[in-house]
Amino acid sequence: MKKLLMSVAVGAAVVLAAGAASAQTTTLNQVKARGTLQCGSNTGLAGFGLPDAQGVWAGLDVDLCRAMSAAIFNDPTKVKFVPLSSKDRFTALQSGEVDVLVRNTTWTMSRDTSLGLEFGPVNYYDGQGFMVRKKLKIASAMELSGASVCTQQGTTTELNLADFFRANKLKYEVVTFATSDETIKAYDAGRCDAFTTDASGLYSERLRLTAPDDHIVLPEIISKEPLGPATRHGDNQWFDIVKWTHYAMLTAEELGVTKANVDEMMKSTNPDVKRLLGTEGKFGEAIGLPNDWGYRIIKHVGNYGESFERNVGMGSRLKVARGVNALWTKGGLQYAPPIR
Amino acid sequence: MDENLAPGALAGQMAPTGALQHAYVQNEPAVSLPPPASMVGVIGWLRANLLSSPGNIALTIIAALIAFWLIPGFIKFLITDAVWSGADREACITKNGITPGACWAFVRDRYSFFIYGFYPFDQRWRVDLFFVLGALGVTWMLWLGAPRRDIGLFYFIIALPLVSYGLLSGNNPFGFVSFAPQWLKATACLLVFLFAYLMNQSDDSKGALGFMTLFGFIISGVLLAENAWSLLKLSPVETSKWGGLMVTLVVAGVGIVASLPLGILLALGRRSKLPVVKFFSVMFIEFVRGVPLITVLFMANTMLPLFMPDGWHVDKLLRALVGIYMAEVVRAGLQALPKGQYEGAMAVGLGYWQMMRLIILPQALKVTIPNIVNTYIGLFKDTSLLLIVGIFDFLKAIETARIDPQWAAPTTSPTGYAFAAIVYFIFCYGMASYARATERRLSVADKR
Repeated sequence: MKKLLMSVAVGAAVVLAAGAASAQTTTLNQVKARGTLQCGSNTGLAGFGLPDAQGVWAGLDVDLCRAMSAAIFNDPTKVKFVPLSSKDRFTALQSGEVDVLVRNTTWTMSRDTSLGLEFGPVNYYDGQGFMVRKKLKIASAMELSGASVCTQQGTTTELNLADFFRANKLKYEVVTFATSDETIKAYDAGRCDAFTTDASGLYSERLRLTAPDDHIVLPEIISKEPLGPATRHGDNQWFDIVKWTHYAMLTAEELGVTKANVDEMMKSTNPDVKRLLGTEGKFGEAIGLPNDWGYRIIKHVGNYGESFERNVGMGSRLKVARGVNALWTKGGLQYAPPIR
Repeated sequence: MDENLAPGALAGQMAPTGALQHAYVQNEPAVSLPPPASMVGVIGWLRANLLSSPGNIALTIIAALIAFWLIPGFIKFLITDAVWSGADREACITKNGITPGACWAFVRDRYSFFIYGFYPFDQRWRVDLFFVLGALGVTWMLWLGAPRRDIGLFYFIIALPLVSYGLLSGNNPFGFVSFAPQWLKATACLLVFLFAYLMNQSDDSKGALGFMTLFGFIISGVLLAENAWSLLKLSPVETSKWGGLMVTLVVAGVGIVASLPLGILLALGRRSKLPVVKFFSVMFIEFVRGVPLITVLFMANTMLPLFMPDGWHVDKLLRALVGIYMAEVVRAGLQALPKGQYEGAMAVGLGYWQMMRLIILPQALKVTIPNIVNTYIGLFKDTSLLLIVGIFDFLKAIETARIDPQWAAPTTSPTGYAFAAIVYFIFCYGMASYARATERRLSVADKR
């Protein structure tokens, strides 16, 4: 019932917003006129969006917003981050309070079709994983039969867990807690054999344990959680900008263009690099931006690999392996259509 | 006692007979002995307060045991085992199987984030100045021996809010006059001088001319302030960048300062004989009382944007302020005013406002001080609900910082929450203590 009401309310809002938007200028023009990009962000998630000691936002999702700001304004700081709870995030996007939502939002069919949203490219392939103690000598989730598993109450995590064990005909005992803090404390205290949450979260939770090195993250990922940016239906130019910002960062990684060597690369004769950095062709114009949009993104923010390593990868404290988030050339899923 | 009483009683009986002079009749009052040692001093206090009955003795023992179990643990965690300095989580993680106590190094590292939130680094002196001005205002208002408390009231109610708003947001607090065309400003200034001149001629300092001059001075003062302020050239800081303790104090301060006058008006409206005023006051009070603050905030955050025209957005902080303001204001206004003195005041021939100002409100406010302070303390703590609106108040700032992997350690979260508890306690205990002192001062009359 609650869900139905919510859908009706959101649906009504979409109709109203769409009606109003058609008479309005494009999102890009609004952003330019305002002078800042309004970016819906998480209220705090390690590696994806978190303020540092000076109150400056940093993270993988944050970098995508900064890249868009760099492409539009040639300045990565012209972003206003609007921290949104998971309840508020879609309303905020629908009502135009934010221009783009980059808040580790899982792309699902129902969200894509019934909320009036466009989901952009996946900037992080997440999925639920397990963490166990090393001394259990378990190398795979398939060996978890009879284990007790700590998880947070009322989340999709709990449902995925049930699905996984049922599908593999394994016995298990679930121990649930209201908050993530309690859950990790209980696991640390030995209340259960395994701890489960999204893989990106496993790494940051592991750091809270009394002896992080005594625990390992198992290789199995039991659910699909493609996280990516979302925009409103009906403004295709804006959607293109979101998509191609991410693709430019991927392309740069593929071509070996980094924040450090981008100025040098401007002299490159490689046609792919020339098209990315805008020394050849008019690809920026096609999305309403200057032709050096790609150069600006790499210059100010860096390529996808750099952003990944800096925020969640080996350059950060989380030490998340690239895994499925590696480029397609390295066996991962990150694949950008060619710029041509 | 018996020895003293018996001769006295005897003397009373004997006295009428007159002639008898008994050597043992005492003519001077007996020197009173000091109370027994068991009734005074430390022992007396212990007996009276802790050991006065078997039940109390049992409670005392239980309480002592609990304290004995808990306090060493607290001291060990918060002080003796605590880590006081360090650059990152390495300082606070478990080493050789020993987990250290509170990670104060984390609080020290994130201290500025807890206080200023996202406020731009080079502009934080403005927040500091706001704290100083606010402390000055509070001291001026609350310290009874302070000089010129009338100026203090003006400062606290009018000057401080305007200056604080201008200082923190960077907008011109007098900017509303800049919409007025130049000729209007010029005319206003001319009129002031004209009235001042006329008044000087006519000696009419209390009449219409005096009023007009005062009015003129206010207008020209505002105009002057507007111009002076624009010379400061403060860079604007959006409310989305406000955070930490600063935003907690701003919201609590606005709520507390604004809620009392409105609360009084609503309480008066509720008692009014005019049906319309009464109806609206009651409706407003009951509606707001019936809706929890958290619901108001959810509504303001989730539904309000859907009703607004495209491109219009109410500032998030404003949404929260309206929510807190409405819900809490009225609770202060709810305190029923005592009926007792109405007839007396009317019999003396006072009008409605005189009666309220001189007879009813002073007594009513005195009676409701404990409730008002309760409300204020509740309001101060309710500011932590701001995180629903996505504003990083003090508590939310701590919650966010503790997520950071830079400080991920087993004791980071407990330390953050302990710090929050200590800070909230200091503020709330301060308010409660002041209220107790005020209550004692005002209840002197009741003791006679």
